[in-house]
Parts: sequence; C-alpha cells; structure tokens
Amino acid sequence: MTLMHPLPVAADSPLLAVRDLTKRYGSRIGCADVSFDLWPGEVLGIVGESGSGKSTLLSCLAGHLRPDEGEVIFATAQGPRDVLQMAEAERRRLARSDWAFVHQNPRDGLRMGVTAGGNVGERLMAVGARHYGDIRARATDWLGRVEIAAERIDDRPSAFSGGMQQRLQIARNLVTGPRLVFMDEPTGGLDVSVQARLLDLLRGLVREMGLSAIIVTHDLAVVRLLADRLMVMKSGRVVEQGLTDQVLDDPQHAYTQLLVSSVLQV
Amino acid sequence: MTTHMTQPMIRVSHLSKNFTLHNQGGTVLPVMRGADLTVNPGECVGLIGASGAGKSTLMRMIWGNYLAASGSIMVGDLDVVQAEPRQIIALRRATLGYVSQFLRVVPRVPTLDVVAEPLLVLGTPVIEARARAADLLARLNIPERLWSLSPTTFSGGEQQRVNIARGFAHPYPALLLDEPTASLDAANRAVVLSLIHEAKARGAAILGIFHDEGARAQVCDRFVDVGSFTPKADGAAA
Repeated sequence: MTLMHPLPVAADSPLLAVRDLTKRYGSRIGCADVSFDLWPGEVLGIVGESGSGKSTLLSCLAGHLRPDEGEVIFATAQGPRDVLQMAEAERRRLARSDWAFVHQNPRDGLRMGVTAGGNVGERLMAVGARHYGDIRARATDWLGRVEIAAERIDDRPSAFSGGMQQRLQIARNLVTGPRLVFMDEPTGGLDVSVQARLLDLLRGLVREMGLSAIIVTHDLAVVRLLADRLMVMKSGRVVEQGLTDQVLDDPQHAYTQLLVSSVLQV
Repeated sequence: MTTHMTQPMIRVSHLSKNFTLHNQGGTVLPVMRGADLTVNPGECVGLIGASGAGKSTLMRMIWGNYLAASGSIMVGDLDVVQAEPRQIIALRRATLGYVSQFLRVVPRVPTLDVVAEPLLVLGTPVIEARARAADLLARLNIPERLWSLSPTTFSGGEQQRVNIARGFAHPYPALLLDEPTASLDAANRAVVLSLIHEAKARGAAILGIFHDEGARAQVCDRFVDVGSFTPKADGAAA
C-alpha cells in the first residue's frame, strides 16, 4: 500500500504552477496567457461555455496537447520541474504515477474489452505491481470504494451502466495513488441522481487521499459543491478567478455575472 | 493560550462595498461605507438594522464570498480582504464557522455525514465525528430514523436544524449566525440558544443576525446598527 501514501509536498509550495500558458490553432486562440497555482489538497474548477478554451487548457496541462508558450511546473518528488521541458518518456512516467485523467466519456478512459478488475489492475502493473493476488485484492478494494460489487470484477465495462462505467474509470485512475487528477466534465452525460452519487464519491476521495484536482465543467452547481476555487474562461482567456462561492455569489466580471444569472433555478 | 481577552477575534475596519451591475449599464450600487465593528472572544454581537440595510452583506464579506471595495476584516490574524483563496479556505476549515439560512449539500448524502463533514475535513476520526454529529442531531430533535437520509427532502425547519448542527459540530473560535432561530418552534429555539451560550462559554466570538427579539435579548451582549454604514445618496458615509 505504499503507493497510497505519496510523499507529502511542502504545504507552503504549490503542487502545480502554471505560467502564461498559450495554445493557438493557427491564427485562432485555444487558450492564452493562463497563469495559476494549484495547492496540495485543492480542487480547482474551470468553467465557461463550449469553445471558451477550458478543454484545450486541460489538455495542455495534462500533456495531451503541446502548448505554444508557457510553463507547467509540477512539484515532483525530486523538486519542481517544468513538465513541458521533460523528455517524453519522463513525462509519460509522471503521468502514470503522479497524475490521472478522468474523461467525460468513460469509453475514452477505459479498455472496453478488458474486465473491470483488469482495467484497475492494469494501472497497477504499469507502475510495477507484479503479484497477481495483490493486484486482484487491490482491484477488489477499489471496486468497493467506488461502490461496484466485488462479484462484478470479471465483467466487462460494456455490461455496466454509464454511472458504473464512470465510477470504474475513477477507480482505474486513482488506484495508483496519484497526487493530481484532471477531470473533463466528469458528471456530464449522467443522470442527475447518478451525478449526485459520483459527486459524493469524489468529495470523499479528495478528502481521504488529500488529492488535488482540476475539474473542467460547464455545470456551476457541480463546481459549487466540488471546487474550492474557480476560474472562469471566455474566448480562451481567464476573465475571473477566486474562491468558488465568491465568484458565484459576487461575480465581478460582466461575463461571469451573465453566466451566473443565466442558471435556471430549481 | 496567551490570547488576551481584550484582543478582538473579529475586527472590521473602514469597510466599504459596491455592487457593479455590468449587464445593467454598468450601474454601481454603493451598499456600505465605513463599517466598523469588533467581536471579542466569548461575546455575541447582534447586527441590527432595517431589511436591506446590509446585515447579510456584511456577514458574507466576513465569510469571504462577497468582496470588499476597501477596508479590512481581521479574523484572528488573517485579513480576509487581502487574503489568498487558500488562506480563506484554511480559515473556514479551522477558525471561522457560518450558519447561513440555506443548507447547500450534495444530494443523497446522509444527514449524519453532512453534519460530521466539517470534522472529517479537519481529520477527526470517523467514529468520533459521527458521534458528535449524532449528539447534535439528537439535541436538535431530528428523529434518528432521518439520520441516514439526505436532508434535501426535509422540511424547512428540519433543514435549518441540520444546518445549525453542522455549524456547531466543530468548536470554531469565530462564528457567523444568519437568523439561526427563524422558523423554529419554542423547544428547538431554546436548544439553539443554549448552543450559542455554550459556544460563548468556551470563548467563541459570535456575530449574529436575529430577527427574533426575544432570542436576541437572551444571547447578545451588544448590538451594531448596520444602518449607520448605509451610504447616503451621494455615496458619502452616513
């Protein structure tokens, strides 16, 4: 279980420091001049309408897209390093051990032809686990944590509901004890009641594991419940950032005021 | 503890607040000018003033979800006006509690866990946190058969009592109470007032809004009239 207790990062330094990150698609801006710090144990929400650049930003941070300018400095066990300057092999190793990425569509984050237990165990093997009994025991433990019955361990995800698939994707991502989790609309496409269960699960895991997370969503109700801090994006730029309830309750920027006042009340 | 009892736990100085309505022609509404108040440990200060005078606004500025235009808000040794988000997050975890008028929770989370959560966040063992939550829920007359259900389906009065239980679960040194006794029956009102008395006795600094004059008289040591901080039409302090 040593993987479950990563080296604590000094609480007086950020886990991730992003500086002036810019990504262009030809002459069009994907995201521009984005800077922020993410601290250990913090959940940062990124909101904005589709096309605002929030998914581009997440992809650049997670290494799925190569930004044109800027720095993404991660507090590795060996000290702060600019991820963008790392060799590909080193960055991939970091992505496997310290990071996780939860896709909106679980099919993008799962191997649909492999059993539930295999999906979770594969990640452990990728970071060096070899003992079959241990791998299976940890996979079973994680299925339980995401509320999937142990007897479903040999079923393929294609036999699962959308909510179960999303929980399995979370188990697959968190089993290696990452320190930073990227999530792209993790509750999108789920029924409202399933969303609530997933939100509660994510909150519990963040609290128990001391995770830091960056969550991209267009759902302001989701960020209010999940995120400590909020960044609002429009046309590729951050127009406002701050404490989540401050940005939602007392928005300063015209666009944020419009976004918040456009939410339908139930 | 070497804290001097004369050192205020909450100190608001020269505080002002505007709302700028960008989508209504950029109208600037000055809502507060020159607000000053202190709350000492073991003291309960009541905010009074007409509806719309800015009692809740002032409370939200101390909580940090409303931004100040100028001035300072010291809670312990942190100035909320200048603080980084993560400093306010830490302040809210350990030092500053807030019972608002609305219960905002993740749907489907059991009431017992909703009340225990502030303790769990601070690393209190689950069994201990749940025991404290159960004690508070029992005192506030929430029937035990409801503890395993989400409070989202509860009546308004029940939700308010769950919110109060959650707010009193951790012994915060500073507490903000927005109408904690509104819409409670006499028995539950008495429980809330005794929780406030107990918090004062352990040294908590409490700032409250109480429309209920009887409750106000029983727990408040003094009052601050927020109406005196309402800007005149020309924007100058009253």
